[in-house]
Amino acid sequence: MTPQRPGVRLAASVLAGSGALVCGIGLMATSAWLISRASQHPPVLYLMVAIVAVRAFGMGRGALRYVERLVSHDAALRLLARTRVRVFERLAELTPAIRPSGPLGTVLDNAEGVADRWLRGVLPMASAAIACGAAVVLEWWVTPSAGAVLLAGLLVGGLVAPVLAASGARRAELHAAAARATLTARTAETLDGLPELTAFGALPDRLALLSRADRAVTRAAFRSAWTAGLGSALTVLATGASVLGALALGVPAVREGRLPFVLLAVIVLTPLAAFEAVAELSQAAQRLLRAREDARRVAAVLSLPEPVTEPSVPAPIPGGPPHLRIDRVTARWPDAPSDSLSEPGLQLDLPPGRRLVIMGASGAGKSTLAAVLARFLDYRGSVTLNGAELRDLSPDAVRRVICLGGQEAHVFDTTVAENVRLARPGASDEDVADALRRAGLGPWLTVLPAGLATRVGEHGSAVSGGQRQRIALARALLADAPVLVLDEPDAHLDDATAVTVLTDLLARAGDRTVILITHRDAVPGGDPVLRHVHEVVTLS
Amino acid sequence: MPGPVDPRLLREARATAPYLVACAVSGGLVAACALGQAALLAHAIARATVPLALIGVVAFRGLLVWGQQVTAHRAAAGVKAQLRARVLDKVVRDRPDGPSGEVTALVTRGVDALDPYFAGYLPQLAPAVVVPLAVLFALAVTDVESAVIVAVTLPLIPMFGALIGLCTAARTRRRWRSLEVLAGHFADTVRGLPTLKAFGRAQAQAAQVGRITAEHRRATLGTLRIAFVSALVLEIAATVSVALVAVSAGLRLVSGALPFETALFVLILAPEAYLPLRSAASQFHAAQDGVAAATRIFAVLDAPGGDVQVGGALRPIGELRVEDVTIARREPVGPFSFTAPAGALTVLAGPSGIGKTSLLDVLLGLTPAASGRVLLDGADVVPGDEWRRGIAWVPQRTFLVAGTVAENIALAVPGSPDDAVLRAASLVGIPDFTPLDADASALSAGQRQRVALARAVLRADLLDTPLVLLDEPTAHLDPHTELRVLDLLDGPFHGRTVIATTHRTALRERADHLIDLNALAVPA
Repeated sequence: MTPQRPGVRLAASVLAGSGALVCGIGLMATSAWLISRASQHPPVLYLMVAIVAVRAFGMGRGALRYVERLVSHDAALRLLARTRVRVFERLAELTPAIRPSGPLGTVLDNAEGVADRWLRGVLPMASAAIACGAAVVLEWWVTPSAGAVLLAGLLVGGLVAPVLAASGARRAELHAAAARATLTARTAETLDGLPELTAFGALPDRLALLSRADRAVTRAAFRSAWTAGLGSALTVLATGASVLGALALGVPAVREGRLPFVLLAVIVLTPLAAFEAVAELSQAAQRLLRAREDARRVAAVLSLPEPVTEPSVPAPIPGGPPHLRIDRVTARWPDAPSDSLSEPGLQLDLPPGRRLVIMGASGAGKSTLAAVLARFLDYRGSVTLNGAELRDLSPDAVRRVICLGGQEAHVFDTTVAENVRLARPGASDEDVADALRRAGLGPWLTVLPAGLATRVGEHGSAVSGGQRQRIALARALLADAPVLVLDEPDAHLDDATAVTVLTDLLARAGDRTVILITHRDAVPGGDPVLRHVHEVVTLS
Repeated sequence: MPGPVDPRLLREARATAPYLVACAVSGGLVAACALGQAALLAHAIARATVPLALIGVVAFRGLLVWGQQVTAHRAAAGVKAQLRARVLDKVVRDRPDGPSGEVTALVTRGVDALDPYFAGYLPQLAPAVVVPLAVLFALAVTDVESAVIVAVTLPLIPMFGALIGLCTAARTRRRWRSLEVLAGHFADTVRGLPTLKAFGRAQAQAAQVGRITAEHRRATLGTLRIAFVSALVLEIAATVSVALVAVSAGLRLVSGALPFETALFVLILAPEAYLPLRSAASQFHAAQDGVAAATRIFAVLDAPGGDVQVGGALRPIGELRVEDVTIARREPVGPFSFTAPAGALTVLAGPSGIGKTSLLDVLLGLTPAASGRVLLDGADVVPGDEWRRGIAWVPQRTFLVAGTVAENIALAVPGSPDDAVLRAASLVGIPDFTPLDADASALSAGQRQRVALARAVLRADLLDTPLVLLDEPTAHLDPHTELRVLDLLDGPFHGRTVIATTHRTALRERADHLIDLNALAVPA
C-alpha cells in the first residue's frame, strides 16, 4: 500500500468492514443451525464443524472490525491532507484576486467534510452492501422466497429508509448548512470587530442578529431531527417485517416438509444479524448529505476561473538586467464592474536601476498596477520585461524578478526572523537582521526580549502598524529581486521615519529598479525622498 | 479524565434535565421489547407457529426508536444553542479588545463537537445500563450457565473501556489541542497568502500544509490504535460470549439437559445484552471530542473576567487628562501624562510602537490601564457604555461587516436614518468612488478608511459626541483626499475635543496641542 494510492486503503477498509459484518451474520446463522441440529440429539462429532465455525466467526468479527477502523481512519486522514493541500494550492493561485479574508478564506475547513464523507458515508455503505448481499445469498440458498423477502426488507431498511431520511432531511439540511455558514460568518465577524462594535454601542444589535441566526440553526436542526428518526424507525420496522416474513414462509414449509426443521431457525434469525449491517446507514446517508455542502464549496473553489492566465509553454525571460516597459495598460479585478486601472495614456520606460514614484488619488489604480506587475492580475495593453510580454512568462518567474511589497502585509504567527526569512529561505540570521536594520527596525530589534527569535503574536498583534510595514519592507529588501515594487511602504510611518527609511532604501537599492507607490504629500524637488527619484508619475 | 457522563455538561444546560428522564424511560422500554421479542421468536421457531403479538412488539420498537431520535436531536440542538449564547456573551463582555481566533473556532465549530455526545452517546447510555441487567436477569431465570457466561464477559467491557480511556484521555486532550493550533495555523497561512505569493512561497507553504496534516494524521492514528483496542475487546467479548453460549447450549441440548425453546431464547437474547453497550461505546469515542470541547468551553466560561468596568453615566464633556497611564502589553508602555483641552485638537506624535493606539484603547475602555488615571475635569473616568456613547472613533484598521457600504457606515449608530448616512458619506467623498448600495468587501484600504471616517461623522452628527478619537485617520489617503478629511475638523468635528494620532504633517500642522509621547514615555 503506497501512500499515493488511497484507493487501495479504501478498498482494504471496505473488505475488512464487510468481513466483520459477514462474521456477525455467520455467527448467528451457524449458531441457529447448531442449536436446531443439537435439539435432534445427534452424536457430538456431527456438530464439530459448526462449533469451530461459531468460534471462528466470534473471533473474526472483532479482529476485522479493528482493522477496518484503523485503515478507514488512516485513509480518511490521508484524503483530508490531500484535499487540504489542493484547496490551499488553489487559494494560492486565486490570491489576491480572491481575498483570503473573505468568505472563501474558511473553505479550508470544508476539507474535513470531504474526508468525513468517505469515513462515515461511503465506506460504511459499501461494507453494508457487501455483507447484505452475502446474507441474501445465504437465505436464497436455503429458501429462495425467504431470500427474496430478506432482499426486499434490506432494500427498505438499507436503501429506502436512508434515502427517505436523507431526501426528507435534504431541505432542512441545506437550510441548516446555509444557516450554519451564516452563523459562523456572523460570529467570526462580530468577534473580529468587537472593539469597533463595543465602541459604537452596536453590540446589542449584533448579538440580537447572532441570536436570530442561532435560532435559524436550531430550527433547522429540529426539522432534520424528525426525519432522522424516521429513517431509523423504518429500518427497525423492516427488520421486524423480514423476520416475520421469514417465519410466515418458513413455518408452513416446515409443516409441509418442504424445509428441514433445522433450517427454520437459520432463515428466521439470519435477518436479525443482517440488519445489524444496515443499522447505521440512515446516519451514514445524512452524513453524506451534510458533507455534500462541504464538497460543493470545495469544488466551487477548485473550479473558479484563473485570475491570471498562465501560458501553456512559458517563454524564458530574456537575460540581462531587467528592463520594464509599460504601455497603455488597463486591468480589472474579477467581479469588479469596471476597470480599476484605466490609464490609456500611460507609457513608461524603466531601464535597469530606474527609480519611479507613482502617486495618485485613492482608487486611481496604483495598487492594481502593482498587482499587474507582480502578475497577480491579467491586463490588456502591454507590459514587457526585456522585450518579453509578461503574459507570455511564467508568473512565478516574473515574481522572482519583480518583487511586490504589498499594502496590507501580513505578519505571521511566528518569530520575527521567520517572518522576514520567508522572502528568501535559507538566508542567514545576519542577513535577516541586516534587512530589518535597513528597514529601520534596528532599535526595535535590540529591545525585543528574544531578539530575532521573538514571536510576534496572533495577527502580528505584538507589532504596531508601522512595524508591520517595516517588516514588509525588510522582506522586500531581503528578497533581493532586481525590481522592487513597494505599495505604500510608508502608510503607517511617521514622517521622519518614512523619510529615513525611504531615502535609505533608495540609496541602498543599488542597481535595482524601484517602483514606489506612495501618498507622500511633499512637492517634488523639495521632498528629501523625491530627490533620489528619476521620475514621478501621477495616476488620475 | 472525561468520565462516561460529564456532570458539568448536564448541569450547564437547562435543556438536558427532561431529556435525561426521557432517555431513562426509553431505556426501560427497549429492554422490555428485547425480552418480549426474544421470547416470542423462540416460541415461534420451536413450535413452528407465527405469533401475531410479534407484530405489536416490532411496531412499538419502531415508534420507540423514532421518538428517541427526535428527542435526542432536539435536545442536542437546544443545548448547543444555550452554550453558544453563554460563551459568546462571556467573550463579548470580557474581551472587547478582540478575542483570539481559537475562541472564535470554539464558539462556532467547537460547540458542534457536542453533537455526538448529546444526540449519539447520551441516549445510548440508559439502555446500556438497563438492557444488560434485564437480559442477565432473564437468563438467570431460564438458563444459569448462559447467565454465568454473559455475567463474566459483560464487566470486561466497561472495565477495558475505562482502562483504555484512562490511557488515551491525555492523548485525546493533546490531539484536540493540536487540532486547534493547526486550525489557527492554517487560518494564519491563508490570511497571509498574498504576502506568501509575492515572495513565491505559496507552493512551499502548500507542501508545509501537507506535511503538518500528515504529522497530525500519524499522531492521531497513534492515539486511535490504542483507543480502538477497547472497541476490539468489546466486539470480541460480545461475539465470543455469544459463540460460547451457542456452543454450550448446543452441547447441553444434545444431552437433553436443556429444552430447545429455552436454548433458542438464550441464543436470541444473549447478543441483546451487548448491543446497547456496543452502540454506547461506538458513540463514546466520537463523544470524547465533544467532552474535550466542553472542557475548553467551560475554561472560557470560568476565565476570570471583569477587566471591563461597568462605568458611570459620564459623558466626555470637558478637559480630558491622562495621568501616569501605563499599559501592559508584551512590552509595557508608558507612563503617559498629558491634557487634552475641551474643544481643541490634540495630536499625539511619536514613533510607531510607542503606544498611541493602546492609549486610545484605554480612553475607549477597550483596554484597562495597568496603572494611572484618566480624569475628566478632575473627576475619575470609568469608561463604560455610556462614556463610549459620547465618542466618535476612527480606528487604525477599518473593520467591515458583510454588506453594503451604507450598512457599514450605519453600523456606527444603530438605527441611523438613511439621509444621515448619505450625509456622512458625502462629507468624506464616498459617493465619488462607489455607490452606497455596493458591496463593501471590494473597497481598497483608502476607501475603507473613508468608511471609518464616515462612521465617525455619523456619530458626531447623530449622537453629538463631545469626544473624537482619530487613529491615523489619513494614513491610506492621498494628499487631496487628506485635505478634504481635514476639513472635517472645521465641519462636523468642530467644537469637539479631538485626539488624533498621525504620522502625516498636514494633520500635525493643524494641532492646537502637539504631544510628543516619545518625550513623555520613560520605557520601563
